[in-house]
Amino acid sequence: MTQTTRPSPISVNNLNMRYQYKPVLTDVSFEIPEGKTIAIVGPNGAGKSTLLKGIMGLEPLMEGEVKFFGEPLAQKRLATAYVPQREEIDWDFPIKVMDVVLMGRHGQLKLWQRPSKLDHEIAEQALKDLQMWEFKDRQISQLSGGQQQRVFLARALAQQASLYLMDEPFAGVDVATEKAIIELFKNLKAQGKTIVCVHHDLNTVGEYFDWIIFINARLVAAGPVESVLTKENLNKTYGGRLSLLNDLTEQMYRTRLNQAHKHD
Amino acid sequence: MINDVWILATASLVAISCALVGVFLILRRQALMGDAISHSVLLGIVLAFLISESRSLPVMLAGAVIIGLITAWLSDTLHKVGKLQSDASIGIVFTLFFAIGVILISLYAGQVDLDQECVLYGEIAFVPFDTIIWGSSEQGLDIGPRAFWMISVVFVIVLASILVAFNRLQTVAFHPSLALSLGINVVFWHYFLMTLVSLTTVASFDAVGAILVVALLVIPASSAYLLASTLKNMLWLAVIYAQSAVLIGYALAYALDSAISASIAVTSGVLLGLTILGLQVHKIRLRRQGKATLLEKA
Repeated sequence: MTQTTRPSPISVNNLNMRYQYKPVLTDVSFEIPEGKTIAIVGPNGAGKSTLLKGIMGLEPLMEGEVKFFGEPLAQKRLATAYVPQREEIDWDFPIKVMDVVLMGRHGQLKLWQRPSKLDHEIAEQALKDLQMWEFKDRQISQLSGGQQQRVFLARALAQQASLYLMDEPFAGVDVATEKAIIELFKNLKAQGKTIVCVHHDLNTVGEYFDWIIFINARLVAAGPVESVLTKENLNKTYGGRLSLLNDLTEQMYRTRLNQAHKHD
Repeated sequence: MINDVWILATASLVAISCALVGVFLILRRQALMGDAISHSVLLGIVLAFLISESRSLPVMLAGAVIIGLITAWLSDTLHKVGKLQSDASIGIVFTLFFAIGVILISLYAGQVDLDQECVLYGEIAFVPFDTIIWGSSEQGLDIGPRAFWMISVVFVIVLASILVAFNRLQTVAFHPSLALSLGINVVFWHYFLMTLVSLTTVASFDAVGAILVVALLVIPASSAYLLASTLKNMLWLAVIYAQSAVLIGYALAYALDSAISASIAVTSGVLLGLTILGLQVHKIRLRRQGKATLLEKA
């Protein structure tokens, strides 16, 4: 295995972020393993999306450093695909599904170049992987929420990155899309690719992800699901809202138990 | 007769250039920025004239671009550093620049070949009388109106920019963060678009003035936005709306013996109104059909 010698897909060192003088994230440091699905989990306003945006260089860092495979982001831009939150997208924009997916190829093209036949084939495959090929000529406003999410996942896929950063891909999607995303995760993992998601659903986190980063303005814990998905970490992360969580934690133990049995 | 041709050609190029640039302003939700730049370029023109004492095309275009970019930058800075609302900061900057321009014109009225009314409203009917003479002033060749050549140059620049940078402009307009994550320099493309807006508005000045140019930037592009399913589509529709407004508006002005540029602006407004009306009727009809089929099924 050469994996141990390769630098981590993302290593965050002493990251500090503020929003108009208010500290949002303080002293966050972690490293993630390659070829795993990783969830960023925490209560509302804990800074999950901010962390993702800070890592991607979309919002300024007050302090700290992020390395991608041991290098600064500028060197690894195209190896890193970003899927923004669904609410942050202008769904009335006059653009067709195929053109959105082809955007995943634009990073590789020079200013004056048009997508080649190969680029179109890659985009086609990405759409087929997410069962969206028949919608290729639809305007994005004419899709359901789940279909819209799949278009953006196809765009990320067409970028052929080695690291995927997604902001709440499971939020408000239908069952078919949820299944499609899980299938996508499996395929990407089989190719040794790394997936980092902001995730809000504690019921599914143990099932969908290999690794968890607990965030609440600071790093609470980061590690494999088996060792960090504990009552103690949940208490620390969700603090005051614990009473609401008791049921959830119980449920989670059960899913973990079920999983453990599945692996047997 | 030949004057009519010059006027129509100039008006068409002005309207089409404005419509093309306007599409990107609308999609980026920066219509107000178009308003701002169209006013503050006045200061650019006056300053360029006072400093260089020349009315040559490159000087005018350069003056407008510099002031246009300063307007965009200063509005942004006021918003970020001064913590003012972004629309408030735009309003502050461009009115200030415009007012300074007006003061400079009245101070140097004798030297500046611009009067305040012409700046505000433009007069496309006078366009044919201000021509460029190629060669010496006595024996040179009259190659046609200044305004026509100025907007021709700008039209070629706008068209070439869109043709070459179509994908970049599309991605940046669609989702700036996504564009950034693909390594596209979003700030550069923002100021590039502002440059195109400055060039277009300054070249439209003689023809339609600072106020009506806003109508041409915003209205045809908005009409196109209502109908378009792709960006390419929207650009074509905006051009068709702009050209129709010019032709109908010119006929209207001829029939009523009224101001040409105002008639063009009013016509594009009417076309937008008709588009909205048509879409509403279509929607109601669809709903009725939907109900009818539901009833049939029941």
